[in-house]
Amino acid sequence: MIKKLLTCVREYKKPSLLTPLCMVLEVMMEVIIPFVMSRLIDYGIDAGDMNAILRYGGILIVVCAFSLFAGASSGHFAAIASCGFAKNLRHDMYHAVQGYSFKSIDKFSTASIVTRLTTDISRLQMAYQMSIRIAVRAPVTLALAMIMAFQVNQRISLIFVGIIPVLALGMVLIMTRARPIFERVFKMYDELNNVVQENVRGIRVVKAFVREAYETSKFGKVSNDIYRDFSKAEKTTALGGPLMQLCMYSCMLLAAWFGARLIVAGDMTTGELMSIVYYAMQILMSLMMLSMVFIMLIMSKASGERVVEILEEKNDIANPAEPVFQRPAGDIEFEDVDFSYAGDVNKLCLKDVTLKIKAGETIGVIGGTGAGKTSLVQLIPRLYDTTQGIVKVGGRDVREYDMETLREAVAVVLQKNELFSGTVAENLRWGDPNATDEELVAACRIAEADEFIRKMPDGYETHIEQGGSNVSGGQKQRLCIARALLKKPAVLILDDSTSAVDTATDARIKSALKTTMPHTTKLVIAQRISGVQDADKIIVMDNGRINGMGTHEELLKTNTIYQEVYESQMKGGDFDE
Amino acid sequence: MSNAMPGPGRRQMGPKSSLKNMDTATFKRLLLCIWKPYKWRMLLVLLCIVASALTGVAQSLFLQTLIDDYIAPLLLEAAPVFTGLLKALGVMACIYLAGITATFLTNRVMVTISQGVLKNVRDEMFARMQTLPVKYFDTHNHGDVMSCYTNDTDAMQQMISQSIPQLISSVVTIVSVLAAMITLSPTLTALVLVFVSFMVYIAQTLAGKSGAYFVKRQKALGDVNGYIEEMIHGQKVVKVFCHEEAAEAEFNRRNDALCENETGANRFANILMPIMGNLGNFLYVLSAIVGGALAIFTGHLTLGAIASFLQLTKSFVMPVNQVSQQLNSVVMALAGAGRIFKLLDEKPESDTGTVTLTHVKRNADGTLCETGENTGVWAWKCPKVNGENNYVEVRGDVRFADVDFAYVPGKTVLHDITLYAKPGQKIAFVGATGAGKTTITNLINRFYDLQDGTITYDGIDINRIRKADLRASQGYVLQDVNLFTGTVMENIRFGKPDATDEEVVRAAKLANAHDFIMRLPNDYHTVLKGDGSGLSQGQRQLLSIARAAVLDPPVMILDEATSSIDTRTEALVQKGMDSLMEGRTVFVIAHRLSTVKDAEAIMVLEQGRIIERGNHEQLMDMKGKYYQLYTGLLA
Repeated sequence: MIKKLLTCVREYKKPSLLTPLCMVLEVMMEVIIPFVMSRLIDYGIDAGDMNAILRYGGILIVVCAFSLFAGASSGHFAAIASCGFAKNLRHDMYHAVQGYSFKSIDKFSTASIVTRLTTDISRLQMAYQMSIRIAVRAPVTLALAMIMAFQVNQRISLIFVGIIPVLALGMVLIMTRARPIFERVFKMYDELNNVVQENVRGIRVVKAFVREAYETSKFGKVSNDIYRDFSKAEKTTALGGPLMQLCMYSCMLLAAWFGARLIVAGDMTTGELMSIVYYAMQILMSLMMLSMVFIMLIMSKASGERVVEILEEKNDIANPAEPVFQRPAGDIEFEDVDFSYAGDVNKLCLKDVTLKIKAGETIGVIGGTGAGKTSLVQLIPRLYDTTQGIVKVGGRDVREYDMETLREAVAVVLQKNELFSGTVAENLRWGDPNATDEELVAACRIAEADEFIRKMPDGYETHIEQGGSNVSGGQKQRLCIARALLKKPAVLILDDSTSAVDTATDARIKSALKTTMPHTTKLVIAQRISGVQDADKIIVMDNGRINGMGTHEELLKTNTIYQEVYESQMKGGDFDE
Repeated sequence: MSNAMPGPGRRQMGPKSSLKNMDTATFKRLLLCIWKPYKWRMLLVLLCIVASALTGVAQSLFLQTLIDDYIAPLLLEAAPVFTGLLKALGVMACIYLAGITATFLTNRVMVTISQGVLKNVRDEMFARMQTLPVKYFDTHNHGDVMSCYTNDTDAMQQMISQSIPQLISSVVTIVSVLAAMITLSPTLTALVLVFVSFMVYIAQTLAGKSGAYFVKRQKALGDVNGYIEEMIHGQKVVKVFCHEEAAEAEFNRRNDALCENETGANRFANILMPIMGNLGNFLYVLSAIVGGALAIFTGHLTLGAIASFLQLTKSFVMPVNQVSQQLNSVVMALAGAGRIFKLLDEKPESDTGTVTLTHVKRNADGTLCETGENTGVWAWKCPKVNGENNYVEVRGDVRFADVDFAYVPGKTVLHDITLYAKPGQKIAFVGATGAGKTTITNLINRFYDLQDGTITYDGIDINRIRKADLRASQGYVLQDVNLFTGTVMENIRFGKPDATDEEVVRAAKLANAHDFIMRLPNDYHTVLKGDGSGLSQGQRQLLSIARAAVLDPPVMILDEATSSIDTRTEALVQKGMDSLMEGRTVFVIAHRLSTVKDAEAIMVLEQGRIIERGNHEQLMDMKGKYYQLYTGLLA
């Protein structure tokens, strides 16, 4: 995992190395300070020699200045390195997601991909900066301060050898006890947020069913669990402070006792005793820091794993070795196609589908929810690969085409469609970046969108809010159709794309498509018979199989499912805006 | 010790934050939240903080005692005796032990206090949220409400558990260290004070500079995250339009901008700590030089005093740094606390109703009498002035008289709505989106209160009925299905927690949901997560119908209940729906004619007014709006 993440350092290797290097320099300066200070005290203050004071004082000021410079540089490089690392990571992840097949997007879910691209990356960025700064600083301080302490006086430094294991052991014990509780608490937090979210979103249902008291008690239970467990974990970690003080004060007392004896015996000076006190603080603080680093790194481990999952996702739909770049014509063929989203032959969504569609035909697809209508059409632009069998467009297996070539020729208006923030024209030009204004208008006329666009405050330059929240459902669908038309596709697939458009407008769109795009094969999925009855052929899907195929009249005579649907719908029309 | 922690410091270095921006009212209220339930504990903590801060000072001062009172005299003796030192060390050990105990107590008690306060705040927040009117949720972004529970509580937790004790401890330390320093050497103390004010000035300058960058960084981050959010949600569309490269190019542009601004912002945050730490070292050195000079030239200072003083400068700089670091987080936490308090202060849904719902038994003489058992007969219990109760059987008679309604004062969305639903009748509303169909049903259950006119339920003004009871007497199947984490069984039982398993299954069968539920991995015990994300829209809607069916209410409101079910499935559901509607007053909104055709009365709404009413045949004969809608002549 770490190896994979480190590949994102790339051009920021230099600052990533300079950060710890400067940090080490700063630490070196910092451990020199008490050493020189002991000289200043012994040879200057104790001996009453002002020159010595000024000499050692001068050295110390230079050391401090150097330390300041090194420390600031380290911070400076750390900022560059960690922000750069995050940038590259974000870039790599986004790039990986762009190559995902629909299957991978389904697997992760968009919400989860978004979290990984935002929250998890921030966490890793912090962990990275911590790793190159504090994770270097703490052990280096520990080691250097120990070495210096032994330089000053070996016998008294043995105190540290006794105390450090006590503190280290204590810290490890605290951490191992607290960690599982913290992990449990984080899960509970998710649960708590989930309760809140469900209630905020479903407040009408909660109120309508008079569930306020019940929900409040449900929340109270989770909230109480968090209180109990978090308190437990925090009470454990609360031991860290006193433990640290215990070690620190023990050091002081021992240093005072042995120091006094050594000084009196003439084996040590007062200045040296002071530097030992200073080193004691440095050593113990670095141990504290180390334990903090551990906690932080452990906490970001999960984020790292989630990010690597994204980066390592295998793309199962890729371009063939020698892709065909020739734009296909509009004829479509299915040969014994089986399909399952999970690739599991026991969970097939399409079974034994065989059909032939000639270029320029209009094909209606009808059937109940879960009958396989959407699955059927999504195989044509190779949004998914078949589990068994072949799908051909323009007489060639879809897997032979360059993917972009294929998808440029096969336009899909998805059931769950999206507009993006930007002007109407910008959204339309997704279909064709070079489309002229006239072409935009022409496409919108066919899709019955021109009229309402012109009524909008800025016409084609009107800004669409994120998710298209400032246009109605029917308007959004018509814009999406116009956007697809601009591709001038060989195959146009409308997956229930006019469900929010009223019957009359729907009929006009369909007839305009027929007259203006005679060579484009049109596949139309619809809930309503009225949406497909004029098609050249209608496919009736049921339970993943083609139940019947033919014209409206033929099916009315022969197909029982079609008859049923027709009956139920002809009892009355629909009301729409 | 330049403790360069990047973690918490990074986020806290917000745009110009200072004491001046601090909201004192919020601060007082927050303190009260802590003080009220934990008065004695808080006093104990205060005492302990003072004790442990004083121990720290005692430790620094002990150096002087050690050097001047023991080491120096012992050096002069030929046969040094260490018993005096041992005694002094023993005293110090006791002081240290007291200090450690104080720290331990502080930490332990603070855990209880901070977690307890947070729990109270959370619980109160949720309980209050449940009482807020629907309007609150219409006018507040859900994400903002959520962040009260996440970000704002987190910030508050940090403030209570860390900032407040640290601030108190810092203040105590600064004061006591200052006092100790003055007793040792007023001259040196003056030097320290001058230098520290210089340090604070530097820190403020740096913080001010980073502030500008942080604003930019925040914007750039929002920019990138917003882009990610939007584009990833539309990723499938990106793919079918082969728009990947263009999307990535735009992403890279924003990502680079973020990197640049973030580097700038983090740089200032990162260099602040080493600069402050090393300036502290400068002060340490300066004190030594000046102290040495004073000792040599004036003889006022002993070696031990200088040693202690040096130690004290370290103890002085540290809390000063800590305070300047904590201030930012305090300002942020107060902003969060302010938002939390605002939620707590929101006015709950008013409810002055006194009429309640109760089970009744019919006496031989036809009068009703209250009973605790489930008789299947419900009545409104209307308290009278004389203390007695009047019982009115719940039948489902709903009347609107000249109702006007506006979500926002002045923008009336419903005009003069008058209608009469007899018990057992089916009333349908048709019309374009925004015509006011859903609004009407939202008035029946008092999600909103009317501006003018009256609605009566079994002859009782609905304003007199307690909201909970009013809603309990009505079943809803709403346009947007919301399911909750839990089993299918729990979800269907949602409105009637005491429903038996058999009742649940019966309701599911009625709604035609039983078959698909049995096909789920654990049938009725399958756990639904994420708003029932594993289910199709149609299946979710069937569950929502079953959920209403289990209630068995006299009045049903169906708002586009079957819009996501395909017509074939609907034909199946319809049977269930028909039996569900039987014998009840039903208000139905639908765009499928099959659902509304057999209604006793169909109201055609346009811009908040009923423009046509009648049954299907009458309306068809009228050849008006309804006819147009039906025949699709309307363009």
